[in-house]
Amino acid sequence: MKIPLSYTWRSLWARRLTTSLTLGGIALVVFVFAAVLMLSHGVEQTMIDTGSDDNVIVLRRSANSELVSQIDRDAANMIGTNPAIATARDGKPVMSTEVMVIINLRKKETNDMGNISVRGVSPEALALRPQVKIVEGQMFRSGSHEIILGSSLAKRFQGTGIGEQIRFGDALWTVVGHFEAAGNGFESEIWGDVEQLMPAFGRPVFSSVTLKLRNAADYEAVKKQIESDPRTQYTELKREKVYYSEQSKLMSDFIKILGLVVTIIFSVGAVIGAMITMYAAVANRTVEIGTLRALGFQRRSILGAFLVESVFLAVIGGGTGVALAALLSFVRISTVNFGTFSELAFGFTLSPSIVVSAMIFSTLMGITGGFLPAVRASRMNILTALRSA
Amino acid sequence: MSQNGTMIKVDHVTKSYRRDSIEIPVLRDISIDVPAGEFLALMGPSGSGKTTILNLIAGIDRPDAGKVIVNGTDIALLGESDLARWRARHVGFIFQFYNLLPVLTAFENVELPLLLTGLPRKEKREHVEAALNLVGLGDRIHHYPKQLSGGQEQRVAIARAIVTDPTILVADEPTGDLDKVSAGEIMDLLDRLNKEFKKTIVMVTHDPRAAEKAHKAMHLDKGELTT
Repeated sequence: MKIPLSYTWRSLWARRLTTSLTLGGIALVVFVFAAVLMLSHGVEQTMIDTGSDDNVIVLRRSANSELVSQIDRDAANMIGTNPAIATARDGKPVMSTEVMVIINLRKKETNDMGNISVRGVSPEALALRPQVKIVEGQMFRSGSHEIILGSSLAKRFQGTGIGEQIRFGDALWTVVGHFEAAGNGFESEIWGDVEQLMPAFGRPVFSSVTLKLRNAADYEAVKKQIESDPRTQYTELKREKVYYSEQSKLMSDFIKILGLVVTIIFSVGAVIGAMITMYAAVANRTVEIGTLRALGFQRRSILGAFLVESVFLAVIGGGTGVALAALLSFVRISTVNFGTFSELAFGFTLSPSIVVSAMIFSTLMGITGGFLPAVRASRMNILTALRSA
Repeated sequence: MSQNGTMIKVDHVTKSYRRDSIEIPVLRDISIDVPAGEFLALMGPSGSGKTTILNLIAGIDRPDAGKVIVNGTDIALLGESDLARWRARHVGFIFQFYNLLPVLTAFENVELPLLLTGLPRKEKREHVEAALNLVGLGDRIHHYPKQLSGGQEQRVAIARAIVTDPTILVADEPTGDLDKVSAGEIMDLLDRLNKEFKKTIVMVTHDPRAAEKAHKAMHLDKGELTT
C-alpha cells in the first residue's frame, strides 16, 4: 500500500454526509448482530452461572430436564451415603433432594400469566449454592408453608412481596424472603421445603438430587460408582454447569439462528449501501485515480486504497454498532426458557469474542461492499480517467 | 540518453482511436527527435494529435506502430507494471488543471511520487521542501489546493513533477487554465528548470506566448507534422 492512509481517511471525511449515512447503515446491522449474540450469550451465561464447578446433579437416566426426572427416596438415600460428598459442620452430606414443578403467576406489568419454576429444596440448599443470598426477609422454616423467591421474580410478578401469600398445590404459601443469586437462573425461581411441596403436588418422588463433592476431580469416580450400583443404576450424573448449559442450548441456539438469519438479510442491504457509496467515491475521484496511475502508482495500490477506504468505513460503522449494543448490557429481559418451560430473567452480555466477531463481520461487509468498486477503480484506463477532468 | 544526445525518439509512430467501431487516425507515421536538455513545444489545433504524442512519450498510451524510445528505453515494450515503475522514475507530469489531490496538502501532494521510492522519511521531507522552495511556495506547504490560487496550484504541481528529479518533464497546456500573469510565472519557472537544471521538457500548448519560451516549436495538423 503506497497510497497514504491520510488520503483514504480524508477522502471519507470530505464526503461526510454519504460517509455517515453508510456508516449508520453498517452500524445498525452490526448493532443487531452484536445484540443477538449478546442475548444468546446472556441466556447461556445466566444458565451456566446457575451451576457450580463442584456440584453434581443426579437425574433419571435420559431425562433431559428436572421436570421429567424422577429419583425415588431410597435411591436418594443411597446416593447420600457416598463418601465423596462434602459434609457440613454437623456431619450431614451437603446435598439437596429436590422437586421441580411449574405454576402460573400473573405479571405485574401486563397481568398476563407466566410460568414459574417452584423448587422444593432440602435445608442444605443454601450451603450447596453459596451464590444464593437472602437479601430481604429470611430463609423459609423447614416443615412450614413458607417460601422464598428470587429478586428477579419479585420485580416482575404479582403477589411476590414479603408477607404476601400465593396459592398453588391446593395450599397457601407465605413469602418470607427474597434472594439474589448473582443474576443466574435461580433468581427466577420460588424455593420452599421439599418435604412440604412434594405432598402438596402429590409427588411421591424427587425430581433430582444435587450434591457437592469434596473434590471436583472425584466426579468421574463418583459418577461411575453411582451409575453402576444396581440400586441407583437408573440415574445419571452430570456436572451442574453442564446440565444448566444444556438447559440453555435450545433457547440460545434459537435466538442465535433466528438473529443471524435476520442479520444476514440486513447485511445484504448494508453491503449494497457500502457498494453504492464506494462506486460513487470512485466516480467522483476518477481524475485523482488517473493522476495517481500516471504518477506511477500500480493498479494494486489503487485497488488497495479503495478497499481500505471501504473497510475503514465498515470498521468505524462496526465499532459504532458494538458501542451501541454495549449499552444493552444495562437491559434485562424475561421470557420463557424453552429448556425449562419457565420464566428466565437474563441480560444482554457482551464478551470479547462477540466484539471480535462483530468487527470481523463489519470488516467482511466492508470488503464485500468495496471489492467491485475498488476493482473498477484499479482497472480504469489512465487516459479515460484523466480526460474526465 | 542515446549516443547522439537524443533523449526522446518518436520513430514512425502511428496511432488511431476507435470510437463506435469507427477507427479514427490520430497520428500518421510521425517521427520526432528531442535532444537532451531540449524544451520542445508541440502546437496545433484541437484534435491534431499533439496531446497523443505527449501521452506516448509519457508512457500513459501505446503506439499502434513505431517506437517511442526515451533515454534509450523502448517504452512500448514495457509491461503494465514496469511501465508504471518507469513513469515514476523518469517522467514528471504537469497537467492543465493541475490534478492535485484536493484532500492532501501541498506538501503531501508533492510527496506523492516520493512514496514510490525507497527514500527515508527525512530525505523525503528535504526533497519536498526543496521542490516547494524552488517553485516559491516554501511558505505554503500546509495549505490545501482550495486554499491556493490557480497559479500557486500549478506551481505545486510543478514541484510534484520535479521532486523525483525525473528524466523528462511533460506538460499538457500548463498555462491553459491561468490568467496572463500566472501563466507568465509558470513559463518562467519551466524556462528556469530547463536552463538551470537542464531538464528536457515537452510541452503541448495553444498559447504562442508560452511557446516562445521553448527552444523549438513543432506544429501538427490532422496527425501530421507540418513544421
